[in-house]
Amino acid sequence: MSLPLRLRAEALGQSLPPLLASAEHLAQTVMLGEHGRRRAGAGDEFWQYRPAGSGDTARMVDWRRSARSDAHFVREREWQAAQTVTIWVDAAQSMAFSGDASRPPKSDRAQLLALALSVLLLRAGERVGMPGTPARSGRAQLLRLLDALGTEHDADYGEAETRGVTSHGRVVLISDFLGDLASVERAIGRASDRNARGAILQVLDPAEEVFPFDGRTIFESMGGTLRHETLRASDLRVRYLERLAERKNRLAALARASGWHYHCHHTGEAAQSALLWLYRAMEAG
Amino acid sequence: MWTIGPLGFTAPLLLLGLIALPILWLLLRAVPPAPIRRRFPGVALLLGLKDDDAETDKTPWWLLALRMLAVAAAIFAFAGPVLNPAQRQAGTGPLLVVLDASWADARDWPRRIERARALLDEAGREGRAVAVIRATDAPDAPDFQTAEAWTPRLDGLSPQPWSPGFAGWAEALPEGDFATYWLSDGVDHPGRADLLAALEQHGEVSVFQSPRAVTALRPATFEDGAIRLRASRLPVADPSEVAVVATGPDPSGAERELARATLPFAADGTEAEAALSLPPELRNRITRFQIEGVRSAGAVSLTDDSLQRRKVALIGGTVDEGLQLLAPTHFLRQALAPVADLYEGSLADALLASPDVVVLADVAQLSQGETDDLLDWLDRGGLLLRFAGPRLAASEVSRSAEDPLMPVRLREGGRSVGGAMSWGEPKALAPFPETSPFHGLPVPAEVEVGAQVLAQPDPELASRTIAALSDGTPLVTRKPVGQGQVVLFHVTANAEWSTLPLSGLFVQMLERLAVSTRASSDPADLAGRIWTPEQVLDGFGALNDAGELPGVQGEALAAGQPGPDLPPGLYQAEDRRVALNVIGADTPLAPAIWPDGQRIEGLETEGEQPLKGFFLAGALVLLMADIVAALGVSGRLASAVLVLALMQVPQARAQDARAIEATDTVRLAFVETGDARVNDLAEAGLRGVSMRLYERTSVEPGQPLGVDIETDELAFFPFLYWPITADQPTPSAEAYAKLNDYLRTGGMILFDTRDGDVSGMGDATPEGRALQRIAAGLDIPPLEPMPEDHVLTRTFYLLQDFPGRFNNPNVWVEASVPTEAADGMPFRNLNDGVTPVVIGGNDWASAWAVDPNGIPMVPVGRGFGGDRQREIAWRFGVNLVMHVLTGNYKSDQVHVPALLERLGN
Repeated sequence: MSLPLRLRAEALGQSLPPLLASAEHLAQTVMLGEHGRRRAGAGDEFWQYRPAGSGDTARMVDWRRSARSDAHFVREREWQAAQTVTIWVDAAQSMAFSGDASRPPKSDRAQLLALALSVLLLRAGERVGMPGTPARSGRAQLLRLLDALGTEHDADYGEAETRGVTSHGRVVLISDFLGDLASVERAIGRASDRNARGAILQVLDPAEEVFPFDGRTIFESMGGTLRHETLRASDLRVRYLERLAERKNRLAALARASGWHYHCHHTGEAAQSALLWLYRAMEAG
Repeated sequence: MWTIGPLGFTAPLLLLGLIALPILWLLLRAVPPAPIRRRFPGVALLLGLKDDDAETDKTPWWLLALRMLAVAAAIFAFAGPVLNPAQRQAGTGPLLVVLDASWADARDWPRRIERARALLDEAGREGRAVAVIRATDAPDAPDFQTAEAWTPRLDGLSPQPWSPGFAGWAEALPEGDFATYWLSDGVDHPGRADLLAALEQHGEVSVFQSPRAVTALRPATFEDGAIRLRASRLPVADPSEVAVVATGPDPSGAERELARATLPFAADGTEAEAALSLPPELRNRITRFQIEGVRSAGAVSLTDDSLQRRKVALIGGTVDEGLQLLAPTHFLRQALAPVADLYEGSLADALLASPDVVVLADVAQLSQGETDDLLDWLDRGGLLLRFAGPRLAASEVSRSAEDPLMPVRLREGGRSVGGAMSWGEPKALAPFPETSPFHGLPVPAEVEVGAQVLAQPDPELASRTIAALSDGTPLVTRKPVGQGQVVLFHVTANAEWSTLPLSGLFVQMLERLAVSTRASSDPADLAGRIWTPEQVLDGFGALNDAGELPGVQGEALAAGQPGPDLPPGLYQAEDRRVALNVIGADTPLAPAIWPDGQRIEGLETEGEQPLKGFFLAGALVLLMADIVAALGVSGRLASAVLVLALMQVPQARAQDARAIEATDTVRLAFVETGDARVNDLAEAGLRGVSMRLYERTSVEPGQPLGVDIETDELAFFPFLYWPITADQPTPSAEAYAKLNDYLRTGGMILFDTRDGDVSGMGDATPEGRALQRIAAGLDIPPLEPMPEDHVLTRTFYLLQDFPGRFNNPNVWVEASVPTEAADGMPFRNLNDGVTPVVIGGNDWASAWAVDPNGIPMVPVGRGFGGDRQREIAWRFGVNLVMHVLTGNYKSDQVHVPALLERLGN
């Protein structure tokens, strides 16, 4: 775990091919990218030869091809476009929790996944951004994303942000979603307004899933702003788990309603599975 | 002290604290267990949740009870509970403790000493002056001192194997008032009442007496062909049995049990008897009887000659059937038959039975073969007893030349006095001279000698005469031959020539000559001679060598009353041995009866039993249980157990890591002293030697290590450097065992007193004394200063000096077996034995010491000479390590010339 985040993210992403986030309504975008649109258009890759027609300038004729026959041919290139993906990673204090010394904090996992996703996307030529960091393509963007991930917030629970989401872009929200869900609703609503779709990845510590506490306990939030005292923590377990399940359901419903994807990931599991899910979710569109 | 039943409290007011317990109950109930603070992001989901019930708000009742019990136990503990508190009034003034210290005390002597110690402790607490006396000692004024001064002396006291001399003590008591504690042995010794009366004049007398039975063994006697054993005891209501064991040397000379008898005591009976019938061979070997399981001089009865039956061969020439009363051997047979085993027959047959004594009654001529056999037998210590008679008088034996089997030369014919045909009266006996073995025997007037053979005047005649007639003519003469002797009675063994055989004197004379022995020692028989003690009994019944004890008069021995001047044991005079036993045949054994009103206490010391420790321990255990219970209540028990389990693991790993570190390469090691500076210097010194070894030899040691001899494994290190500091603690027994194991299995320790050996291995310096103290427990062989040809002088460098910071030539190593140097060899062939220790005081570590950069740390000597000395010191270090690692390999070089020679041929 001592390796820098970026190296680990690169290593994690190595097992997957470059990720091309699915894009719709790409006609509206003018950004060049590597999404082959299976039709002729602006791009670098060869698409097809077509007989030259009226209106084609002499410069457009591919003379080498034309010389092999009597007609003139024009070399068409595939229309390629880039998708814009905005990733929001919760940087609030609650993400710093780890239920066991052998497990990394949730924030660590969340950042790792975000960066690994970015690596895959950037490798595929997509444009990746974060709230506050404009979306760009290219490897250099990775460094800027890394910088953006480094900032922490003092708040106990993060508020989901969808600033800078481009229309028809893609959004990835990574958080534990233990705070106020209204902010999440607002953020998804704002993104949907711009025709952006996306994925919600909830990262939880196994301790939060199991609630393995007993005896007289004072629970405090990571920032210390909230506290709750109980004399027999084990009694609360059932009700806590009920509330947690309810919250997950609400998130899943929210995702369904707006055509997003929802997944809950535990830091006790391998990061690979979560990355695979994100890969699929991005591919599926 | 305040008591309830058998319980007393030294601080009863503290018990009032028990009233506070109910208050504590309320307090404890109100305080719930401390909460755990947890950071938990999910707290947002918990907000608003209420606890189902509020039970854990209060401590569970059983936890409360546990804590109450713990507090109650602590209160009880500090109230100072004492079980069976002693109620004796505190006394004042000096205190005299009288120990009988007789043989009867020996059986439970440790308990008596324990009781006396308890009394002294008590007196010490009360600040009283104390004196302790042993009544068996010679009376002397008691020495009143503080109890602290007397307590250590108690261990040195031991019981004496005789009865106390109460009468003398009654007179030796000092003036002034003092109380008396009398630890009596329970036996009524003479003078007890007098001493009690004398003591009561000075103050109160408390008597301590053990109810244990006193059993004593009386001397064994030989009656009717069997050994009769008798034991006595103080009156006890129960019937009981004692086993008496007869011990003596077996044929190989080892002491072992030869026979055993059981003596039954009837109920209320004080005497028990048993008879033990043994073959003479076995019986003669018995040296002592002892009541089994009783460790007291009174339970031991030594045997002397009286139990041993001598084998006597009677050779009487021709025997005429009809004249039995006139037969030369008749009186001898009558005198010896009850007390000796007689063999009669031919001389050749008799000698085969290896008799102790051969009696030749009027036998004149012996064949050459018989003479040779007899001389051989005499050389081995036999006693040849000859009697004169008509045949001897008429023979030519020992006339012109002294016969080897005759003590003197005889004149022809003999003489006859006081007979019908002669003038003069029959002669009486002269008193026995002091040099005679018969000295002290009364001479009866009725003994008359009518005829005798006469000895030729001779320069040696006077010294060989041991009994003479009143006119000075020899009656009995004696001559030593080899280890044995020849004795001649110049009269016949029958009543023909004299009335001597008819008198009691004849039997006594035979006894004095050790021809016969009698069951009981006759006072007259013992008197007149000086008896030297050979072995003496101590109070516990163990037989010790008498050493330099002076001899005693036979009269005193005959009185049979052992005392300080006459310890019981075995006494010897000439050929006879007499045993003086503690208990004689008729020594009275009666219980001590104390006057009415005299308080008598038992010896039990375990009266007071402070319970404070138990209560405190109980409180502590309860509190520990409370910790576990409290952890359980607050849900932290599992984690606590986990933590405890985890704490065990890293320690074992640390041990392994050290073992690997110590063994991955050769490492020199030093013993860590308590002084950090000495440790650092030792480490630096070994570092210096290691560097030199690395540079110059194929030994490439790692960094030196310090070892703690108490905890660390030593077996990893071939060599230990041990700097001695004055205040070094003596190693524990386990450490000594480890060190000895190390030395025995090939390790070497270099002891360095670091004092320049100014004392020469002595104790003039504190370090020298510390070394002596530490080395006392080590298995160190004999040492010698390092000889010139010791293998250490040539294991790598050729050295004759072994300097460190000092250059003292005295370095001690294991002493070599003295062997001769072979021809042409510069040193002796000392092949075996690597010295396990090297001891010196040259402070080698300082001379060796270098810092990690290799710069010497401590100045040595001055200028070039100093550098040279340091170099030699390093060379010594190299030699030392080479010696440790290669052993005596260099000594094998003595064989090189021989090998070369063999190769050349």
